[in-house]
Amino acid sequence: MTLLEQYAQIVGEDVIHHLQQLGEHLQGLKVVHVNSTREGGGVAEILHRLIPLKQELGIDARWEVITGTDLFFQCTKLMHNGLQGKRGELHPDYLTEYERVNEMNAESLRTNLEEADIVFIHDPQPAALLRFIPDRRGKWIWRCHIDASRPFRPIWKYLRNFLEPYSASIWSLSEFAQPLPHPLYLVAPSIDPLSEKNIELEEDELAAMHYKWGLDPERPIITQVSRFDRFKDPIGVIRAYRLVKEYSPIQLILAGGGATDDPEGEEMIRWVKEYAGDDEDIHVLLLPSDDHRTINAFQRISDIVIQKSTKEGFGLTVTEAMWKGKPVIGGDVGGIRLQVVDHHTGFLVTSPEGAALRIRYLLKHRDKLKEMGEKAHNFVLENFLITRHLREHLTLMHAIMFENKERIETS
Amino acid sequence: MVDPFAVKDCALIAVATGEYVQTLRELKEKLAAIPTGCIYYHFWGGLLRARFDDPQYQNDFAIWSWRSLHDKTLAERLAVIDPTDFGDLNELRRELIEVIEERLDENELLAWVIPSHGFHFVRSQIVVFDTGRRFSTIDELSTHIVHMSPGTIFYHMIDARRRTPHFKNDFSEWIMGLEEEHQELASRIAGIDPYFTTLRELRDELERVFTAYVKERRG
Repeated sequence: MTLLEQYAQIVGEDVIHHLQQLGEHLQGLKVVHVNSTREGGGVAEILHRLIPLKQELGIDARWEVITGTDLFFQCTKLMHNGLQGKRGELHPDYLTEYERVNEMNAESLRTNLEEADIVFIHDPQPAALLRFIPDRRGKWIWRCHIDASRPFRPIWKYLRNFLEPYSASIWSLSEFAQPLPHPLYLVAPSIDPLSEKNIELEEDELAAMHYKWGLDPERPIITQVSRFDRFKDPIGVIRAYRLVKEYSPIQLILAGGGATDDPEGEEMIRWVKEYAGDDEDIHVLLLPSDDHRTINAFQRISDIVIQKSTKEGFGLTVTEAMWKGKPVIGGDVGGIRLQVVDHHTGFLVTSPEGAALRIRYLLKHRDKLKEMGEKAHNFVLENFLITRHLREHLTLMHAIMFENKERIETS
Repeated sequence: MVDPFAVKDCALIAVATGEYVQTLRELKEKLAAIPTGCIYYHFWGGLLRARFDDPQYQNDFAIWSWRSLHDKTLAERLAVIDPTDFGDLNELRRELIEVIEERLDENELLAWVIPSHGFHFVRSQIVVFDTGRRFSTIDELSTHIVHMSPGTIFYHMIDARRRTPHFKNDFSEWIMGLEEEHQELASRIAGIDPYFTTLRELRDELERVFTAYVKERRG
């Protein structure tokens, strides 16, 4: 069965037919995506599926990953945080390394990048590639997966120089976009219902998870899945847990994967473990970045999923949890606001106290919990699956290939 | 001989304008200057983008007034504006400004919001493509309605309002070119309210109108 046929079973034949028709005029187009990691993080996950789908539609799509040094990734982590508003000085050595690594990667990817009709560059890490490919013939699009609504200005000013020559950029939400002298497209990210992280799991497998991780199947489980990152506020989640624990015997899972481009994670996890102390009902778990099945199971065995971020790009872990029919208690920030429809698919909160209140409410009103979970699943089905993401990519490719007009009539 | 009905489909891609406001007064001022494409997107774009199926308010201006300005009165007044009541988008723009001005006169405290909750103006590009499907009779077209994608419904029922000579929908326009006896069907379709609904509901309603008409004619 082809991938498209498999998706048709989930989203319906008409959705797939729509994609095939959009793809018809893009047959043979050479498209290259470039990012900085093959595993770990939402970007790599999306690309793992978006590329084969584009290929199945007849597009010559490829995925390239740049390589870098520790110093390079420290620099790009600072850039990532800087785009999210965190102050941090980019030492000249960092900048030299950033440009050197991009130049080096440009050398090894040159033929592919020069020949491509469309190049998608993901996030700041490979953003400087364009400068080192002067003989490019296609359109270059910078895809920002980060909430850059209020960036640390010196970092943005530095990056902007590399971004201005792009033909367009893509942002997850209009609130995240920074002015640039080209069209700023808006494309929300998505999840893949067929991936290890989201496929249905058997009851036996879920039951085994309780045993494996020392979880009590009789007591409620609250879970936050995310990288160990200050903006995900894991400390705030533990505080919320403690406020609920006074009334209900809940268990808390804080699970996150590592990513090769995130050197801060380990330091953060030490801090979180220290704060959790010796409470046996708090499970702080640093999982391998490819352990998608465990993440999937954690989300499925949870009663409620939390994403108490204080800054968030889009929040794909929210989408994943909703797909599994879980109501989400999320921070009132970024893309979480687009997904968690307050009082319908979950609750938006701004404090540990708010999160605790909503957890208690949902544990008390199980009918409401179930109803919200169902609404959440349907909301994702209609709006946040990879098929919608693919449709917008195809639309955008038309828009950028066939002039930047308000109306594009394909013949 | 009238050409067969050509079924088209479309997809929208949203484009940020970089323009945003934090107060109601700023919204009013910006509304006077933004391209009509933004007004179109904030009234109609919701039908083809990620949106909760049962939104409390239908257009983005009303949603923002409620969620960010916390002004329920204003949200209700903006929400009740039906874009189909206005001949063109500039008339709709004037109505929006009118409602906001009235609210500003009533309420001396100018509502403002934190930067992350500002209103961001968005426009869109539409890509239209031919599905290759052609229907020569009302009976044939009627059986196909149920298979139409949301994009097709948007194109023929919503987008058509900006393209067709009578600011209606493509179905009515096509039927008006057929024999005189079918004019009743053209009017019934034109009578469908395309606002306050979803594209799937709109498709179902369209299908009901077609099916009922075909049945009546068969007696």
